[in-house]
Amino acid sequence: MAKGPLIYRQRFLTRLTHWVWAVSLFFLLLTGLQIFNAHPALYLGKESGFEYNNAVLALSARQTEGGLQGVTYLLGREFDTTGLLGASGGEAHGFPGWATIPSYHDLATGRVIHFFFAWLLAGTLLLWLVASLLNGHARELVPAPSDLRALPGDVLNHARLRFHHTHKYNVLQKLTYAGVMFVLLPLMVLTGLSMSPSFNAAAPWLLDVFGGRQTARTIHFAVMVLLVLFFVVHVLMILLAGPLNELRSIVTGWYRIDPKGDSHAR
Amino acid sequence: MPADLNRRLLLGGLLAAPALLSGCKVFDRLPPDGATRNLFEGANRLTYATQKAVAGDGLAREYSRADIRQGMRANGVTAPADADYQALAADAWADWRLTVTGAVERPLSLSLPDLMAMPGRTQITRHDCVEGWSCIAEWTGVQLSRVLAEARPRPEARFLYFRSMDTIERGLGGNVKYWESHDLRDALHPQTILAYGMNGAPLPVANGAPLRLRTERQLGYKMAKYLQAIEVVPDLTDKGGYWEERGYDWYAGI
Repeated sequence: MAKGPLIYRQRFLTRLTHWVWAVSLFFLLLTGLQIFNAHPALYLGKESGFEYNNAVLALSARQTEGGLQGVTYLLGREFDTTGLLGASGGEAHGFPGWATIPSYHDLATGRVIHFFFAWLLAGTLLLWLVASLLNGHARELVPAPSDLRALPGDVLNHARLRFHHTHKYNVLQKLTYAGVMFVLLPLMVLTGLSMSPSFNAAAPWLLDVFGGRQTARTIHFAVMVLLVLFFVVHVLMILLAGPLNELRSIVTGWYRIDPKGDSHAR
Repeated sequence: MPADLNRRLLLGGLLAAPALLSGCKVFDRLPPDGATRNLFEGANRLTYATQKAVAGDGLAREYSRADIRQGMRANGVTAPADADYQALAADAWADWRLTVTGAVERPLSLSLPDLMAMPGRTQITRHDCVEGWSCIAEWTGVQLSRVLAEARPRPEARFLYFRSMDTIERGLGGNVKYWESHDLRDALHPQTILAYGMNGAPLPVANGAPLRLRTERQLGYKMAKYLQAIEVVPDLTDKGGYWEERGYDWYAGI
């Protein structure tokens, strides 16, 4: 099979920020779960209901004859999640130790690391957003009308694991990356800031946008779940579409595209 | 060949993911005064400077009576076991005094009636705990700025220590009573009050009777309960509070 040409696909800034975000999101996730474990429950509204119920999610532990039982409350229903959520390793904690930094309960350290990487993520995100608007990279990510017409065919190609390597993103890539960069990550920063009593004083309107501090906290958590989901699909797509070529493009910038006329190349 | 290599990488990736995750104990070693910890804590200084600039003199959100849907959740020490505290409580705080000392022109010793005789402020605010929960309650007290106006801080005054009566930790090295500190900017903020009332009643013991601090733009651990003394100082001589000595950020605006 003939090889297609190598093209310079990813700018230096794109590659640099990609890896800064990869490291930052790793630490933000695991320290975020540490912080969540300090009060493993999520609510809707301005405050947390202790004498009434406005919880949407709560991880708790219950002592039973068979030992410690992990109970997950989700939208009015209860599930036994012993070993994963609520109780694991014979101890009561929301998320298990392997999913948090530090692995034991240490809210103070979790916060210190979380805010360090929050600054790093927010700073590089802002840099990337401004640069991408100026150098046209942002335009590459926003689907054009012609892209949307190609959507059904593109979905079919992905479903059949038939990947095209061209000089531009396909429509599912555009939708996904635009969703992460322009919606999920900014939402993460803004809901994070909404939990800050000091920032609340600076921008009280943000509380109203998200429907109260506790709703903002719940959205922060929900967006985390979406980002984890994105990560899983992202890595899976790279592994399926040719990990060496994909990795080379995000490390060196050089990407091998399909030979001309070979639209079905794998 | 490449397809085969890809398949092997795919398999490897799937196997490596859980191993990577369970390797998080790698990050457990972050000693209190190590270089890495100091680097990470540098972000706290950035947060402090930024929030100071962004929030300025802005007010914390004040809520309506309809937003008070439950009692105020009590946290930390909720029933001080200290004998001197209990003796003061038994006497309805008749012998209790709040002292204001340090870098001030006029040191004060104020009784509860003294404080209640000063113009009061009532505010319905949201208390945010560092753990993540929030609870809305109404607080009544005297603005700290009024008390400081009487004490007249000297030019070198920059920080205030708040000393509590409750012992939070008993150890071989002695007992530790709770303490906290703030900068002059937060101390003089209009919503910073020394509260003696909560939800229309005298401040309950669980919430810090007879007097507690409210600094509405920071997290709960900054709002010392069971107050007995305020020291005005030019500089902090420790990390600034009980929880700060245990790794928590001194500026708790987030």
